[in-house]
Amino acid sequence: MGRKYGAILLKDLQLEIRSKETWVAMVAFAFMVALVFGIAVNPVRVRLAPVFPGVLWVAYLFAGMLGVGRGFEQEARDDALTGLLVAPGDRLAIFLAKLTVAFVFMFTMELLVLPFMVVLLGEPMPGGILPLLAATLALGTVGFVGVGTLFAAMAANTRAGSVLLPVLLVPFSVPVLILATEATAGILGHVAPAVDPWPWLHALMAYDVVFLGLPLVLYEFIWEV
Amino acid sequence: MTKRQTRVRTGTWWLWLMAAIWVVALYLNFIYTPDAKYLLSSERIFYVHMGSATAMTFVYGITFVASIGYLWRRRLAWDRWAAASAEVGTLLTTMVLVSGIIWGRTAWGSWWTWDPTITTTLILWVLFLGYLLLRDWTDDRERRARYASVLAIVAFFLVPLDYYAVYFLKSIHPAVITTHGVNLAPSMVLAMLVSMVAFMFLAAAWILIRLRLLAAQDYVQEIQDRVRTPLDSM
Repeated sequence: MGRKYGAILLKDLQLEIRSKETWVAMVAFAFMVALVFGIAVNPVRVRLAPVFPGVLWVAYLFAGMLGVGRGFEQEARDDALTGLLVAPGDRLAIFLAKLTVAFVFMFTMELLVLPFMVVLLGEPMPGGILPLLAATLALGTVGFVGVGTLFAAMAANTRAGSVLLPVLLVPFSVPVLILATEATAGILGHVAPAVDPWPWLHALMAYDVVFLGLPLVLYEFIWEV
Repeated sequence: MTKRQTRVRTGTWWLWLMAAIWVVALYLNFIYTPDAKYLLSSERIFYVHMGSATAMTFVYGITFVASIGYLWRRRLAWDRWAAASAEVGTLLTTMVLVSGIIWGRTAWGSWWTWDPTITTTLILWVLFLGYLLLRDWTDDRERRARYASVLAIVAFFLVPLDYYAVYFLKSIHPAVITTHGVNLAPSMVLAMLVSMVAFMFLAAAWILIRLRLLAAQDYVQEIQDRVRTPLDSM
């Protein structure tokens, strides 16, 4: 179990370091969301700071949808997934490895894009809040990739799976979007009246527990041959 | 051949029972009940709204139970129940949304508000459109049943979470419109209850019709598979 998990994790990270396919696409996409938003909403007329958390999470979630499906798409080529499934060891290792990879990609993308967003959208970010903000990013990302990995595994075996995945994922992103955006707004702290981020963070943790637990119960049903 | 054949039924007597209930329901909705005090006759769309919303809840309940049943028992009959109820449920959700939007325009003066109940219904609608797409785009019959069941079960846990997420958001930002405190006259309560029953019958009838069609589809597939197998092995 542990060895299989480590092997798949290492393989996927190595593949990504060499090909740079997924994270370049994700970062470019998130960056473009910020760019397009900044241009479309006239920054002279509209103050961007109050909507900053929302734009941030919209960019993250759409870029995340781009990335979360890749893990299984590349295994579909040459039917490599069947090889992974019949390899000795628990199948849970495959699911957990794919989940971890999706998390690492998305979280790295978030950290890389954050400075651009701060600069482009004129966010007066105080430095001391970074650890709590990073924790919020991590919690939101966990909630997203948990159910995202489950659906990506399904979408890889359907017609037009790359179209289907966002359709399935949008309803599941709604709680993450609301909870993470409010928590971020509370942490950044320039909305009036002030928002306490902790209730939102606690709710986000609860969401993460439910939507990490459910895929772990249900993933077995995806891979029956 | 030990494999159970799919049975297809064809009786229609219950359609007459449904027609009778609908005549009573329409009479109560449009003639028996008085106009509402401020909303006047626009209030009558409420019976459609409430009826389809109640039926929708039960129908999605069937989808959830049938999905668990399929993963547990692995009989395609369970999956046909899930498929038929999800289709009818999506249709009922559309009716709830459309009637709600029209009513909201006359009663509140705006087509749409981001109230938790309304928002959750919209999310539910998108969710089940995705469910129907997933069914449609999964070619293998058995795999379609499995994937659809998994999605329906996850969706069942999502809906209350969606509701509370929007609810907390709205409770912090003051909502313009709070939930309707409609005080119904006794005759209206009667009309509402009969309307609910009528819509339940309608949903049941639709589900039965879809079940028969799906069973017929599976039956045709069984025959095709049986005919094809010896030829392919040659």
